[in-house]
Amino acid sequence: MATLEHVEPANAQDDGIRRRDFINVAAVSFAGVGAVAVVLPLVGQMSPSADVLALASTEVDISKIASGQAIKTSWRKQPVFVRNLTAPEIAAARKVAMSELRDPQSLAERTKPGKENWLITLGVCTHLGCVPLGTGEGENRGDFGGYFCPCHGSHYDTAARIRKGPAPTNLVVPEYAFTSDTVVTIG
Amino acid sequence: MSFAWAKPYQPKSELGRWFDDRLPLPRLVYGAVGGGYPVPRNLNYAWNFGVLSGIFLTIQIVTGIVLAMHYYASADGAFNSVEHIMRDVNAGWMLRYAHANGASFFFIVVYIHIFRGLFYGSYKAPRELIWMLGLVIYLLMMATAFMGYVLPWGQMSYWGAQVITGFFSAIPLVGEPIRVWLLGGFVPDQAALTRFFSLHYLMPFVIAGVVILHIWSLHIPGSGNPTGVDVRNEQDTLPFHPFYTAKDGWFVGLFLMLYCAVLFFAPNALGHPDNYIPANPLATPAHIVPEWYFLPFYAILKAFTLDFILPAKLWGVLAMFGSILLLFFLPWLDRSPVRSGHYRPVFKRFYLLLIVDVLILGWAGGATPTAAVVAISQLASAYYFAHFLIILPLISKFERPMPLPSSISASVLHGEKQESAPYGLTKTAPVAAE
Repeated sequence: MATLEHVEPANAQDDGIRRRDFINVAAVSFAGVGAVAVVLPLVGQMSPSADVLALASTEVDISKIASGQAIKTSWRKQPVFVRNLTAPEIAAARKVAMSELRDPQSLAERTKPGKENWLITLGVCTHLGCVPLGTGEGENRGDFGGYFCPCHGSHYDTAARIRKGPAPTNLVVPEYAFTSDTVVTIG
Repeated sequence: MSFAWAKPYQPKSELGRWFDDRLPLPRLVYGAVGGGYPVPRNLNYAWNFGVLSGIFLTIQIVTGIVLAMHYYASADGAFNSVEHIMRDVNAGWMLRYAHANGASFFFIVVYIHIFRGLFYGSYKAPRELIWMLGLVIYLLMMATAFMGYVLPWGQMSYWGAQVITGFFSAIPLVGEPIRVWLLGGFVPDQAALTRFFSLHYLMPFVIAGVVILHIWSLHIPGSGNPTGVDVRNEQDTLPFHPFYTAKDGWFVGLFLMLYCAVLFFAPNALGHPDNYIPANPLATPAHIVPEWYFLPFYAILKAFTLDFILPAKLWGVLAMFGSILLLFFLPWLDRSPVRSGHYRPVFKRFYLLLIVDVLILGWAGGATPTAAVVAISQLASAYYFAHFLIILPLISKFERPMPLPSSISASVLHGEKQESAPYGLTKTAPVAAE
């Protein structure tokens, strides 16, 4: 206790650091390490749980999608557009000069080789996350015949590239692969 | 705050001064748990359990808030959401076990805290209100723990809810309508589960509020001490910081190791396996008992088997609640002016008997109610009430306490010579140059 104050070892005066200072810093630091160890699971529990991560890939049967049609499906609970482009739409997408694009990407970069008619993108507008129109029959496809986001008026072309409006980038192409001619695995 | 020599807060930095002038929060903290709160210098380890109770309340609130992010109070989904927490949520198993065992440890430290108060006469003047506020906290804790136990919606949860709310049906005439009103149905179901969840989330903050009152009222007379002798002068005290922050800090570390040992190596030791079976309103588990911390009260409840003027069921419920309400009158039942049990030879013996009695009640509460167990719980219940209502008043009347030390410092310091050479040892190490 306090009465021990005057029995410091003689060499303590050398650098002005007492044994007690060392113990104090060591104890408090160790408590700090413990606090960090406790905070980790408290923060980590908010990350996606195992059942959410289990939805990280999804299979889509594309055999029923006729040319010119599109479907909406879901991957990680986000909408995904799968669109079977018509020949004129492919031609229109190829015709656009890269210099005209805000986020320059060719149709070939956004589709798989030999499957250029299959345009698979997230249905999440890159502006603020609304679902663009244009998959359903008769929906507004915007000025460029692709997709149109009704929230803030972003227009996407037939390669789902941003052409007009506030969105900064093209609709995101998720990782996917053709597991057969009629089945696509997304994620 | 409490004593004239309590050091006033001195801002160390310009920012501290600026802040303190506008909102004296640093001053409040300094006076409550800093160098500005003088504490008797002779506190033993029994005095660490107040701070520990605060630690476990904090653990419960933090883990509880986190669990509520993943739990849903739906009669169809509650059980599955708990399993989801256990299996899928990152570190969810740990957070749930921390919460479930945290409740048990909260009760462990609070029981030690209460029995500390019973032995050292912490309920006596001028600390009656501290004691009574503590009992309020204890009652709130019991309600909170009960409602929390219902939330997983397993078999024990469901039937616990059924039995505990059944207490209210013992009230004559209005009992059954009150029970139906409390449950929002005729048996525990969605309505009951949702309101229990709502209240279970609310109550800890009510507890925290009463804890503030508890500590506030403590800091008026200041902490008691093992001798029960009042603080006389500055020699009798030490500033809370760094002396008791250091002592509490190391003891909290030690106690949390015990908690972690149970949390990580025996997380279900204090629970019931039946609660991992989803609630089934059509089948009661074979052996239904409450969590361990309610067992003594459960024994008192079960001890009443005869109708005497009132129905036995009502007697059981009245006695069970009475066993706690009785403690509110303790400051006036034990009239001995001597606080500490150390100086009360007769009281000390009966105090130990009371502990044994409560342990017997706890055992009887968990045992299958055979004739012998019922007889034992009847005897033990009777003794429990006799201790407070008959024995304590008589002891305080007839007991001859031992002489008290003249002051706290006289009881711990024995003069400078003895102090520098305890147990008659003379110093062999060279004394540092001064």
